[in-house]
Amino acid sequence: MLLEIKNLSVRASGKTILRDINLSMEKGQVLILFGPNGSGKSTLIKTIMGFSGYEISQGEIFVNGEKINDLPIEERVKLGLGIMYQHPPAIRGVKLASLADFLCKDKNVIEDFSRKLSLESHLKRDVNLSFSGGEMKRSELFQLILQGSDFLLLDEPESGVDIENISIMGKALNTYLKQKGKSALIITHTGYILDYIKAKSGCVMMNGRFWCVGEPKEMFESIKKSGYQTCKECQCPQKK
Amino acid sequence: MSPKEIEKHFSQQDKDKISSSGMDFTEKTRSASFLQEDAKVLVARALQDSMEIISTQEALGIPQFKEHFGKAFKALGREYPAETEGGYCIRVKKGKTVQLPIQACLFLKAQGFKQRVHNIVIVEEGAKVYLITGCSASKAAHEGFHLGVSEFFIQRGGYLNFTMIHSWSEDVSVKPMSIAMVEDEGTFVSNYICLKPVREVVMYPTAFLKGKNSRASFNSLILSHPGSFQDIGSRAILKGDSSQAEIVSRAVSLGGKVIARGHLKAQSHNVKGHLECRGLVLSEKGTIYAIPELETELRDVDLSHEAAIGKINKEEIEYLCSRGLSASEAQAVIVRGFMDVDILALPELLRKEIKELEDKILGGAF
Repeated sequence: MLLEIKNLSVRASGKTILRDINLSMEKGQVLILFGPNGSGKSTLIKTIMGFSGYEISQGEIFVNGEKINDLPIEERVKLGLGIMYQHPPAIRGVKLASLADFLCKDKNVIEDFSRKLSLESHLKRDVNLSFSGGEMKRSELFQLILQGSDFLLLDEPESGVDIENISIMGKALNTYLKQKGKSALIITHTGYILDYIKAKSGCVMMNGRFWCVGEPKEMFESIKKSGYQTCKECQCPQKK
Repeated sequence: MSPKEIEKHFSQQDKDKISSSGMDFTEKTRSASFLQEDAKVLVARALQDSMEIISTQEALGIPQFKEHFGKAFKALGREYPAETEGGYCIRVKKGKTVQLPIQACLFLKAQGFKQRVHNIVIVEEGAKVYLITGCSASKAAHEGFHLGVSEFFIQRGGYLNFTMIHSWSEDVSVKPMSIAMVEDEGTFVSNYICLKPVREVVMYPTAFLKGKNSRASFNSLILSHPGSFQDIGSRAILKGDSSQAEIVSRAVSLGGKVIARGHLKAQSHNVKGHLECRGLVLSEKGTIYAIPELETELRDVDLSHEAAIGKINKEEIEYLCSRGLSASEAQAVIVRGFMDVDILALPELLRKEIKELEDKILGGAF
């Protein structure tokens, strides 16, 4: 099992955000996470990555069978985890090119993907400094691809990206995820990303709990039509 | 002294110290050299005829230099210490562009020595020059003191790029006092780098932009070690119509006390100035005070400032950790990025040299 979450509850800023959730993912699986704002989706991703400010009050997280509750972030990276930020911080004086060189030793690969994601001129710039929303997202995906992570945690990869760039990013992501052994947990609000990648499973999170489980495109259509209200009324069992 | 004699004169330790302040002993990458040890001038040599470089003592016998002695201080109604010994005087001839930098080094050797120099740089009409000044002290120079009075005269359309590297030691106190007078269309660029420990530095160089369309830019990188006190500012007086100034400083405290000052004073119409001051405090014992000042009596001016001080943003550290760096590696990369050589306005040659100097002191990024 790639990911196993058992009875996890998480507190942030003094409030309980995730309540006793269970989740498992297999290697190669792409899972789409839906849910209204503030439902706990980002908290889940950040807790898996090990960011500070997210306190596990109960439960366990396993990646490839190893318990990661207390591992520092960089050790989780070694297990194959990689995150795409929704709002990455700018780091002055640190060039995107330096970060790219650190993540990938093959210059040709860097050149290839910087071209594919229209980031050639950004390589010389400070990471995320004065990047537009779309540029940030492309740069995040670029770094993740270079990092070669096996398990991608993507927090709204398409938000703030124009249609043309969504297509570029969607295709790059799809190609990446088609490789053997690559998995992803993807948060989406707009659902655009579903047009590009093959995801067989989706789930809805509300109020810190998983609600519905199902086929992601069908779920998204239903959410589009009737909002999350339908999910509340739905009698799907919480995924155990 | 010839380069060979210089080689013999200094111990290896002193040579390393002097090199760390930007001196190229081979002179291959320089257009002129000046080297003073305590009060004694060892070298004053121009390798091109587009300029002259002599000791101040000698220059006082030449009317062209003598008339500039104290002129900038008098123009601003300021006092300056009259009792000085040595220093350099440089004149770059009208219309000449000097590609390779001129180097000057003021070195403290004897224990307890009080070095007091007066420097004059004249950049004549349309001339362009890079000057790198290194100030350093021998390990033996305990309780040393350095006072440097500098006057820069940039004539119409002239360009002076002045880089100063301070490479002192824990028990040396220094007090540079400098004024740059910039005429019409002239440019004065000051780059200041201080990465080594020092007991005390107090300086507040001023650019007096008296000419129309004149420009000044001050850029500083300051690393403050435990026990150091650095009160470092930059001031531009925008007197000429449409003159412009920019002040950028970055200070990192490893435990020392830094006062980062900046002052932009508008005295004419259509002037523009921006001040940016950033500080990172890495140790609980360190302190940084940022004191930006903007001043105008006129309405049609554009002066602005931004200042930000504090500890390293945790989010930045975690961002880099999520790319596989450990927390301490991430901190080193962030500090190195913060002390970005690219905030300095340097020709490629000096940029590379200062980057190497940062590599040695701060460690390489990634």
